[in-house]
Formats: sequence, C-alpha cells, structure tokens
Amino acid sequence: MREELFMAGTGGQGALLAGQVLTQAVLEKGLNVSWYPIYSPEVRGGTTSCAMVITDGHVGSPISGRPTTVILMDARSVQQHIERTAAGGVALVNASLAHEMPPVSDVRIVEVTGTDIAIGLGNERTTNMVMLGAYIGLRPVVTIEELARALEAVLPERHRRFLDLNIRGLQAGLETCQEATDDT
Amino acid sequence: MSEYVLMSGNEATAEGGIAGGCRYFFGYPITPQNKIPEYMSRNLPEVGGVYLQAESEVAAINMVYGAASTGARVMTTSSSPGISLMQEGLSYIVGAEVPCVVVNMVRGGPGLGNIGPAQSDYWLATRGAGHGDGRCLVYAPYSVQELHDWTARAFEIAERYRNPVMILADAILAQMIEPCKLQPRGQPPPLDKPWAIGGDSSERPRNIINSLYVNHDEEEAVNRRIQARYDQAARDDLYYSEYGDEDPEILVVAYGICARVCETAVERASEGGVKCRLLRPISLFPFPSEPLAQWAQLAHKALVVELSMGQFVEDVRLAVEGRCPVELLNRTGGNVVTPEDVTQKLFDMAAES
Amino acid sequence: MSKSTHIDTDNMEAIYHKPEAFTETPMRYCPGCTHGLAHRLVAEVIDELDIQHRTICIASVGCSVYAYEYFATDATQAAHGRAPAVATGIKRVRPDNIVFTYQGDGDLAAIGLAEVVHAAARAENFTVLFLNNAVFGMTQGQMAPTTLLGQKTTTTPQGRSIERGGYPLNVCEILATIPGVAYLARETMTSPKRVMHAKRSIRRAFEAQIQGLGFSLVELVSSCPTWWGLKPLEALKHIEEKMLPQYPLKVFVDKVSQASEAVAEGGD
Repeated sequence: MREELFMAGTGGQGALLAGQVLTQAVLEKGLNVSWYPIYSPEVRGGTTSCAMVITDGHVGSPISGRPTTVILMDARSVQQHIERTAAGGVALVNASLAHEMPPVSDVRIVEVTGTDIAIGLGNERTTNMVMLGAYIGLRPVVTIEELARALEAVLPERHRRFLDLNIRGLQAGLETCQEATDDT
Repeated sequence: MSEYVLMSGNEATAEGGIAGGCRYFFGYPITPQNKIPEYMSRNLPEVGGVYLQAESEVAAINMVYGAASTGARVMTTSSSPGISLMQEGLSYIVGAEVPCVVVNMVRGGPGLGNIGPAQSDYWLATRGAGHGDGRCLVYAPYSVQELHDWTARAFEIAERYRNPVMILADAILAQMIEPCKLQPRGQPPPLDKPWAIGGDSSERPRNIINSLYVNHDEEEAVNRRIQARYDQAARDDLYYSEYGDEDPEILVVAYGICARVCETAVERASEGGVKCRLLRPISLFPFPSEPLAQWAQLAHKALVVELSMGQFVEDVRLAVEGRCPVELLNRTGGNVVTPEDVTQKLFDMAAES
Repeated sequence: MSKSTHIDTDNMEAIYHKPEAFTETPMRYCPGCTHGLAHRLVAEVIDELDIQHRTICIASVGCSVYAYEYFATDATQAAHGRAPAVATGIKRVRPDNIVFTYQGDGDLAAIGLAEVVHAAARAENFTVLFLNNAVFGMTQGQMAPTTLLGQKTTTTPQGRSIERGGYPLNVCEILATIPGVAYLARETMTSPKRVMHAKRSIRRAFEAQIQGLGFSLVELVSSCPTWWGLKPLEALKHIEEKMLPQYPLKVFVDKVSQASEAVAEGGD
C-alpha cells in the first residue's frame, strides 16, 4: 500500500493541522509516514498545502508529482492543483467554496460541502476535520477512533476546548462521504 | 512504533545537537530554520546550556568561535543568506583549528531568493569556510532521523579534526515531519582540552587560539597540517549509501532530499525493467569518489539529480573521470524534482542506449 | 650618574619592573606610539587585581593584533571588529574568567560598531579597551570613523571633509545611552597625571567585570605619530589641542562606585 496525499487550502483553513493529525494517527497505527508543508510567504491568508506519503513499505520520496488523492479546500486550490491528481486517483473537493471544476480525465471527483457542514456544527473552522473525516471514508488508512486519539495528541493546549467540535467534524465528514460514495 | 515521535527536521536537528552534547547555541533568525533557535531557546536552559540570539549571522559565528576556543560543544544554524555572512567566521575557525557545528537549511537563491528548498549552496558548503585553503567537513542527511543522528554525531567528528562540520540540508528536510527515534541527551565532555583557553591557567602553559601566521613557512605548515586532517577524514569519516540493482544499466547519483526522490524513482524504473543503482554521498567533503568511479565503470551511463544549476554534478564528473557519460536532471529556485520526473528521465536514458 | 660607583642592587627596592602579566616578547610598536603604554596599564591592573591566570585577552585586527604575544594570559585573536562577539562566546562558557578585548578605532568604531553596541546592550560582562588614534594605523594611515574634520590621512589627502567623509563618530557618547553599560570612561595618556587617571579607569572597568556589573569600556585617546606625521611629543600636544575638543575626557558611567556606595550604606 502506498498512498500519496496532497492537501491544499487558504492559510487558516487548517490543511496543515489536518495533515498532522492524520500523520500522527498513521504513526500510531504502525505505518510509515512523511508530512511536508508548503507555505506561501504570507503568514496569514496565503495558500498552504501539505504532501503526505503513507505506506506499509519504504517512504522514499516524500514528494509526489502525481498524488493518488488530493483534498482541495477552496476554489483557488481546485484551480491550481486538481490537475496533479494521478490517473485513477481521487479529488476530494470542498464544494461549499469551489463550484467550478477544471476538466480532468480519469479522476474521481468527490464533492463534500465541508464549510456548510462545519457551519452547521457551529464553527466554520472545523471544515478541515470534516474534509479529513470524508477522506477516511474514501481511503480508510486509519479509523475515526484513531484520528480522534491523534487529535488529542496533536491539538495545542490552547485549542483543547475545540476537541469535541473537531471530533464531531470528523464524524460528520465521514458520514457525508459515505453517503457521497454510496451515491456514485 | 511507540519509541518514535513525530518531529520536524528542524526540531530533530536541534534535539540532535543537545543529544550530541551541545550546550551553547548562537544564532540569528532566518526562514526556513527558525524552529531550531526556537527549540534551543526552550530546551538549552533546561540542560544548563546557553541560547543567545546574536545581532547578525556575522556576530553569531564569531560567538561560536569564542565558545569553541574554550573547548565547548557549540553550534549555530542558518539558511543560505545567513551562511554567506558566516563565511568570514568559518575561515577564522578553520585557521584557528577549533571545532564547531554549523547547519545550513538551504533555500532558493541567489540573493534573497525564496524560502523554498534548494541545493544551490553545494559549492558554498564544500568549497567554503570563507577565504583561504580551509574547508568544512560536510555531511548531508536525507531524513528527519538522519538529521537528528548526524547532528549529534557531528560534534565528535568536529573535535576529532578540530575543524567545523557543516550539516547540509534544505527547506523540505527542515520542515517535513517524520517519525524519529531520539537519542538520549548526552553529557558534553569536560572543557579541559589541552589547546583550549579558559579556566585556571596557573598550572599549565598559557594557550593561544589564533589564525595569524606572518611567517609564510609557518602558515604553509598549518595549511598542510589541516589538509592532513582532511586526508584522514577521507579515510575514516567517509560515508555513503547505495540503493537498487546490483548490475545497473544506469548509475543514479544524488544527495539529501533528491536521494529520497531518487529511491522511489529507482524502484519504479526497476519495476519498468530499467536497472538502476543509486549512490548517495552522505559525506560531501570528503567526497566518495572511489565507490562512484567503481559503479561508473559498471554502468553504461550516470544521472545526477540535484536542486541547483549544476554544482554537485561537477564533483561527480571529477570522480567518474569519463568512465561513462554523466547527465544532469535539475530544478532550481525552490522547485523540486519529482519521482515522476526522474523515472521518466531514466526510461528516456534507457531507451537512448 | 656616569661615574662607575658600585651599586648594591640586592638591597634595593624595585619600584619599576615589567608586570607579571607581560611576556618577554618585545613590542613592535612605532616610536612614540601610546599602545605600549596602554598595554602596560592593563598589565599592571591585571597584576594588582591578581587575575593573570584567569584572564583571557582577545586581540583584534590593527596595530595591536599581536596583543596575544604581549599579555601572559590565555588569548585569542578575532576577525576585524568581531572581538566583542568572540568575547561573548567565551564569557558565556566561562563566566568565571576575566575577559577583555583590545581594539582600535578602525576595528571597533567602523567594521565592529554593531558588535560592540550589541554587547553593551546585552550587558555582556567583559571589558573593552578602545584605543582611539583617529586613523587606521596598520593599513597605513587611512581615514577612520574617528578621524577629525580637516585631518589629512592617506585617503583624505585634502583633509576629512563632511561632504566626502562625514562627521567623526563619538563612540562613548553612543554607548552612554545604553543601560547595559556598567563602566564607561574616556581617558588619555598625555601626562603622568592623565596616565594615572587612565589606569584608575582601566582598573575600575575590570572591577566592574569582577563584580558582574555588566559591560565596561575605556576609550584611550591615543597618538599615532607615524601617520599623523608628527614627532612623539608633538603628537601628544596634538591630542590635547585637537583631539580632546572632539573627544572630551569624561567618566560617563560608573556603577562600580554606585555599587560600593550601596554596600557601604548597607553596612550602616
């Protein structure tokens, strides 16, 4: 098994944190993992993305030109990155913010209204967890329980009060995505 | 896996320094390595050490020089523009024959460049140490674990040769997070080196740490003594690793992050029927010329992959000495070579022959 | 004096001798240069404070580059202007050693201004001896930041002008604004009285360090007969008449006195 995941959004959307939570969960599960952040120069509001490799073998390159899964959290990310998706891969898109899909072939596009779901849960900032929950619906590399444990380990002390909200985000994402998957 | 913790390359480097007995850190902030001074500022006081933020990289390396003169284990870290500024101090440190460790998390250049990954300080690292005949001993880890382990080990090597050791990595290795098994925090050796200044000098001859030799013959003798240490390092502290097929059609040569990319590419090329051997120099100075030459003799052609306009490739060509043609695949300016790029190149090269 | 009378040296009291803190190495300074005198004052203070075997001398770049050959202490030699950074590194590892840098005006006031200012700002606990003779001596007489307006040097052949060379830089006045400074004085050595006063300040600066009070610096307004093109005595007169109006003698900061007064008051 070798999963090459690329996750992108606007700074503040939490793509990096979602990636770190997944990385922690994968480590706990005993798989090999690497996580690499790519920042734009702005501290806030620029584009941020992270690249992960999850494998039961040798990680080798932490960089992938054609990730097997991409998670794109806003319209700009979709425009910039959806074409990178490997043939036969999956693009998981936050359909609340991205409405137009550039034409891609041999890529399965899964649309999740991540931001709307997060607002429904009471906080737009948990969009990243909704998308991450949706991701493990599509690629069950770890379970939701494993992600919840990882969240506890990764969340900084000052954000502990958001732990419940984040777990509900994961749950809602997972459920939505299972529905979305069933639809297709 | 519980003995492993997730850590960024920057943090693993900093903790590697502490594990290696480093108790003194002088530095100046520059992206993408700021997590190292931040980590040191939190952790060094806990082990009775000193973290000090200097007014410039110029000052930082001279503080390192001062601390190194006392025999202390001392380090600084920076990224490309900062390493340029440290060249003056490095030259004095080499000339005065004191040990220290310097980490360069290379970023895109020249000039202010950008904060993306690059390997365009290869010449600065391997030829550098400022003016004069001196050089740094240079080691290039390729994972978070290796950043940790090599930084810890670097102090011992620096002391063995009384010469600065540079750990050369890049913005990706600095910031990527991987599982890392941490070494215990080692105790620094005592300060009482026979050459060191400081302490009580009443019961021994006074010591002078100096790089001024106005007598030309004396200066030449110093240069030959330093060179003899480099020659010894080429025998005793030369490191490289190999990956892939035993009877390669193509020899792939890369270090640091590019070697990671090449491992995946070599696997894929191999699956596609193109036999490749990856040789990864870990020590860049001393350079593993002999094993490279041996593999170049066996292979039909060689491919060098690096994130610069072609610096590392020159050392490879010097080592290969025309035994086989050497091609270069590169990206620069903060861009990276992907496994897909390298795999395609290997297929193309195989198809040409 | 010239009559060959027998002198019983065994029973004479030595009232002037080479300080213990000096080596046997002869100094290489030009005739009339005040570096040698400044060295001697430092060495006498080291002897008097009995700190020779825990003192570290940091030589800089300039005429005094060989200071490490003259002081019988542990020593190092720093790149041009960087002595305060090197001193910082040493002192942070070895807080119990007494560390001093010996720097000229080219070294300290030009290329090394950042290092000395920031060492003072950090209240680094070491001592700086700053020899100001308003010229780059070792590189053969070029303009320094401290060169006087109108002063001819090998790079101001018509004399220093504001248009081309800007204004002279007063280092002590800059440092006096920094709270990390524990002792700061400007002295000169043009007469026996001034020499004794300079020595007192040097001793105070070392005492500030011994007491852990922070950064200390003594500027010595010095002569360079060679590059001023003056005879040694004319050069001393030049200091009095031309240098001192630009660089007035003053004890700018003295926390040693404050500290001892505090101790005295506490004792009551």
